[in-house]
Amino acid sequence: MSETAATGSPVWEVFVRPRRGLSHQHVGSVHADDAEVALRRARDLYTRRGEGVSIWVVPGAAISASSPDEKDPYFAPAGDKTYRHPTFYRLPEGVRNL
Amino acid sequence: MTVQEVGAAPPGTGAATDADLEARFDALIAADDRVEPRDWMPDAYRATLIRQIAQHAHSEIIGMQPEGNWLTRAPALRRKAILLAKVQDEAGHGLYLYAAAETLGVERAALLDALHTGKQRYSSIFNYPTLTWADVGAIGWLVDGAAIVNQIPLTRCSYGPYARAMVRVCKEESFHQRQGYELLYALANGTPEQRTMAQDAVDRWWWPSLMMFGPPDSNSAHTPRSAAWKIKRHTNDELRQRFVDITAPQADVLGITLPDPLLSWNPETKHYDFGPIDWSEFEAVLAGDGPCNRQRISRRVAAHEDGAWVRAAAAAYAEKHRAGKNSGVEQHSAQQTHSDSTKGAAA
Repeated sequence: MSETAATGSPVWEVFVRPRRGLSHQHVGSVHADDAEVALRRARDLYTRRGEGVSIWVVPGAAISASSPDEKDPYFAPAGDKTYRHPTFYRLPEGVRNL
Repeated sequence: MTVQEVGAAPPGTGAATDADLEARFDALIAADDRVEPRDWMPDAYRATLIRQIAQHAHSEIIGMQPEGNWLTRAPALRRKAILLAKVQDEAGHGLYLYAAAETLGVERAALLDALHTGKQRYSSIFNYPTLTWADVGAIGWLVDGAAIVNQIPLTRCSYGPYARAMVRVCKEESFHQRQGYELLYALANGTPEQRTMAQDAVDRWWWPSLMMFGPPDSNSAHTPRSAAWKIKRHTNDELRQRFVDITAPQADVLGITLPDPLLSWNPETKHYDFGPIDWSEFEAVLAGDGPCNRQRISRRVAAHEDGAWVRAAAAAYAEKHRAGKNSGVEQHSAQQTHSDSTKGAAA
């Protein structure tokens, strides 16, 4: 996160709820010195045509992420557990509503 | 995204060798999948994208000037409201694109610096002046029309954040083009003076619009590699031809003549033939000798410098506010309650 005058104000990642019933989605980022200004800028930038009913702004530096570059993929444990999916199971002929 | 990685070695170290990483990147591109910010990517891929996205962003920001020129002189309140919204959109497009460029690890301030000092370019189309109100229409119809043809394939660009920014931009550009066409249509069906004004604007903007697609394929420095990386999906000449094919019939509906005596429908190729482009003009404008190059940059730099005190004040206010919070000063408790409830809503 850069905060000096030379590099400008910090980055905030912006999440917008498109409408009630849907969760917030990442749409991009803005620069601002505080949350209030970040929210206002996010509104002006990402909801000029009614694209949202609610906005979150999160300091970019506050987000932790898994790495896509690990040799042993972070998501490998899910890869060999096909029995977690309903399609894994064979059902006898004639059974319904299952 | 300025996110932090958890529990991972930096790319290029540890178990995965550079060859492994490059093979994975190549497979991603071959599968027509998207590259995302934290992925390993070749340095040249990153550099190409930074150059292209930054140039695109700069074009949007500089593009506000020729149209902004007519904001105070729009002939009706309706036209003024439309133009204001359009110029605001151009600022928005620039900001979407700067945000996308920043995911590649460059600072916004560094990009603006590169624009102000001429290290990075913007589309040379914006170095032409807007002499009459009809130019606002010609820009919407032709310049934004060409931009749409250029940008639609970019919504499938291999770099995810750029592609996603392009989806937003393309949705908004369609309004830009229509308002321009409608404006010209009104003039073309107006008084003889208005008709002449519309024709004159199209005469001046047609050839520069064709140049927006860049040099011919035989002379394009960036096309082959960008195509291999799926940053670019079509060549300059393919896109230029598509634009001519779309636009020529629209001119007929306007009752306006495109300034090219060689422009004609070719039933064999099922495309319009058109005359040769004066690339020496393109080179001259690119090299800085267009009608408005110096004016555009000096205005941009002045706007940036005039805004310095606002940025400093915002930073100082935020700093003071943080300091107050940290010391637990009583007068800030109302603000704290407010921010706590915001967090509650977010959770």
